[in-house]
Amino acid sequence: MYLCPPSSRYCMPHAASSRHPKLYLSRVICNATSEDKARLGHCTKVPRNVNMESLKNGYLFPEISIREAEHIEKYPHAKLIKLGIGDTTRPIPHVITSAMAQKALALSTDIGYTGYGDEQGNKLLSALELLRFDLASVKDLREVIANVVYKDKGVKWDEVFISDGAQCDISRLQLLLGSEVTIAVQDPTFPAYVDSSIIVGQAGKFQEETGKYQNIVYMRSCPENDFFPDLTTTPQTDVIFFCSPNNPTGTAASRPQLERLVEFAKANGSIIVHDSAYSSYISDESPRSIFEIPGANEVAIEISSFSKFAGFTGVRLGWTVVPKELKYSNGFPVMKDFNRIVCTCFNGASSIAQAGGLACLSADGCQALCRSIDYYHENVDIIVDAFTSLGLKVYGGKNAPYAWVHFPGRSSWEVFDEILERAHVVTVPGAGFGPGGEGYIRVSAFGRRESMLEASRRLKSLLK
Amino acid sequence: MALQNHLPAAISSSSSAFLAPSNLGSSRASNASIPAKKIGVIRCVAAPHEEKTTYKTKVLRNANMAKLQAGYLFPEIARRRAAHMLKYPDAQVISLGIGDTTEPIPDVITSAMAKRSYALSTLEGYSGYGAEQGEKPLRAAIASTFYRDLGIGEEDIFVSDGAKCDISRLQVVFGSDVTMAVQDPSYPAYVDSSVIMGQTGQFQQDIEKYGKIEYMKCTPENGFFPNLSTVARTDIIFFCSPNNPTGSAATREQLTRLVKFAKDNGSIIIYDSAYAMYMSDDNPQSIFEIPGAKEVALETSSFSKYAGFTGVRLGWTVVPKELLFSDGFPVARDFNRIVCTCFNGASNIAQAGGLACLSPEGLSAMREVIGFYKENSEIIMDTFSSLGFKVYGGKNAPYVWVHFPGRSSWDVFGEILEKTHVVTTPGSGFGPAGDGFIRVSAFGHRNNILEACKRFKQLYK
Repeated sequence: MYLCPPSSRYCMPHAASSRHPKLYLSRVICNATSEDKARLGHCTKVPRNVNMESLKNGYLFPEISIREAEHIEKYPHAKLIKLGIGDTTRPIPHVITSAMAQKALALSTDIGYTGYGDEQGNKLLSALELLRFDLASVKDLREVIANVVYKDKGVKWDEVFISDGAQCDISRLQLLLGSEVTIAVQDPTFPAYVDSSIIVGQAGKFQEETGKYQNIVYMRSCPENDFFPDLTTTPQTDVIFFCSPNNPTGTAASRPQLERLVEFAKANGSIIVHDSAYSSYISDESPRSIFEIPGANEVAIEISSFSKFAGFTGVRLGWTVVPKELKYSNGFPVMKDFNRIVCTCFNGASSIAQAGGLACLSADGCQALCRSIDYYHENVDIIVDAFTSLGLKVYGGKNAPYAWVHFPGRSSWEVFDEILERAHVVTVPGAGFGPGGEGYIRVSAFGRRESMLEASRRLKSLLK
Repeated sequence: MALQNHLPAAISSSSSAFLAPSNLGSSRASNASIPAKKIGVIRCVAAPHEEKTTYKTKVLRNANMAKLQAGYLFPEIARRRAAHMLKYPDAQVISLGIGDTTEPIPDVITSAMAKRSYALSTLEGYSGYGAEQGEKPLRAAIASTFYRDLGIGEEDIFVSDGAKCDISRLQVVFGSDVTMAVQDPSYPAYVDSSVIMGQTGQFQQDIEKYGKIEYMKCTPENGFFPNLSTVARTDIIFFCSPNNPTGSAATREQLTRLVKFAKDNGSIIIYDSAYAMYMSDDNPQSIFEIPGAKEVALETSSFSKYAGFTGVRLGWTVVPKELLFSDGFPVARDFNRIVCTCFNGASNIAQAGGLACLSPEGLSAMREVIGFYKENSEIIMDTFSSLGFKVYGGKNAPYVWVHFPGRSSWDVFGEILEKTHVVTTPGSGFGPAGDGFIRVSAFGHRNNILEACKRFKQLYK
């Protein structure tokens, strides 16, 4: 159903069926021979972007979707359990969806209609909103994020840029930074940092032997270093992407570790891009924001998202904080250029999603969302227990909705295949997150309790 | 209970802080002050007199950003409007500048969005990540509504959060080594995104153009269609019809020539059809009405100006299977890769709205609102014509392009703002050939449009 017709060499993005929304077969060979060209008809004279050619495969998560779909075709009666792509499953609390519904309905009224919002996040209010709230107490989402999420951390409302999600912001940040900067990433890491770096032209050539891109510094994160890179051996780069709690390893950096990171960035004149999308999963004293570290406002940008906090994976809402104090080498504030990008390449997050975001950060909203986060935490405990009981070393889980399971000496794609084939459970092979992920599997805790318990049963029986 | 542990640190003590009035300071007292807008205005040079204690990273500023001359055009207009409102707090400022829709969204559309919102609270109705390319029913509806019988299928449609965002994503697909042509004047996002991508040279103050961009002059003398025989070959050609800002719509004959030009040159047309539904004349509403266009063009469009979705955020781009790079690689595959990596789909609630827009009732409701704005256009056109101005556009687009021969468009903008308290957009903001023109947008409540026209008549009688 999703495979290319045999005569077509090139697979086009196919319409998604409602059961398999993320299909795109990307493994077809990319180079046309002259015979192909003759068959294909007119080719423009526009050269393909060499950066796109550098991408080795499709993006990781659509690839996982493809494998899921293939598996379902092969085993239509197997009850596939999806612990792969980190897609939230719990319904969004009513207090939040009703705020969004109210906003939608208000758009049908003269008094409630709003058009373009500020690209940075809604500040212009409808006449209805002005009437309903005392002006002095009206807060838009930027202010609420600054005052609530970053209370006492010195972040101001105009340093907060609302977006349609962290994945989009990562690319906008790359556009901002341009092709000439060097980057460092954790290894393993969320693939969007590396892929966007390649696309923008920073990454240099791919080296088959190492599985790494030439110009990228990969900061090994493994049990031996407590999943925090050895900064004494890390070369200087302009930008350091750092995700904590980490996707995929689930580890949250400690305060002393983040202090070392900030110090490292300061000593090297680098900019940290700190991804705090999972901060609401922290259950110990680990910092929830890089801005808890003194001096971070001079060296760091922070990105975050409502996706995993509020189940907004489909609603699309996130934010980026760019402090005023963050400056390029010539003294120019990074924030001004990011603002320019946001105004030129973007047009704001959906006003309805933003209304939802406000409700998320209300007392009622937070409380309701915490129940979902608790639920996922209980899920991850079940997963962690299952693997631990099999004698496997398991990491993460405590501060993130992911379990990072070690299969020493094994190829992670092989383990992925084995678990899929024989237990009908989808996971994500660690190698998809970088060479440092080899030998690990990421298991996500988003799903129904019954699915977790069933997956746990199957895994125990498969791997015992 | 573990609840406390999971709250973002601040929340537990903040609920009262959230709901209580805050000390926002006097700058908030006047709702004319929009501090956020000021950011876009500051000139793009570093202040030489930094305090000695200010820390600077060692990261070089992206040279492409430094090429940009000023803020993006529309935040500039907003800033001027805000400054004007501060200066004249009692003036009834009328905004015919930024093309922002003003009329409420029809019920059939918003109720679908409300319904989808509520559904997200239910087990059966909850959906997480959607397909990055868009929900299948919406893609199918777009294909059948706008591209029926044109050989475009749902699989060629990529749903987005709007044309402006798609323009930048397309630039990322093509990269920094392509050359591009734009109409002059044109929607500023094409040029600005090109500068950001590194496709252009420096801005040349004397001619007000960026190096390496081919500017295709569109003026009354050439009927707002470029003289293609004088246009140099470029890889990409941006073409917007009905046009923002001139309001002009290209004819079938003209577009046939454009497609041939692109084919002969091996170029790719990026066709912006965001205003197609405003067309009154019998001009093509899609580039794909032209035979052969699928091999040379992709098309971007938006629900913004059809459904009042400027804040809701929904659009689409069509990339035909037949559109190939020089090595035969399909452009759609690379666009798909960008969409999957640099984007994560349009909001599911907005998409539910989009689907309702394309129902028979939704289409009918949208046409009614479009008709309303078109009436506004007529009123504005009549006003300026009656004052003896040469007026263009208006008929096929919600913009009226008024000629002020020999005058600087920023001066005219300033004069109109100062003397009538009406915000317009100066033509030179859209390119050097826009100088001498003012763009008046037709989005507004009827009483505001009438009042604005009354004031224009007083000023220019």
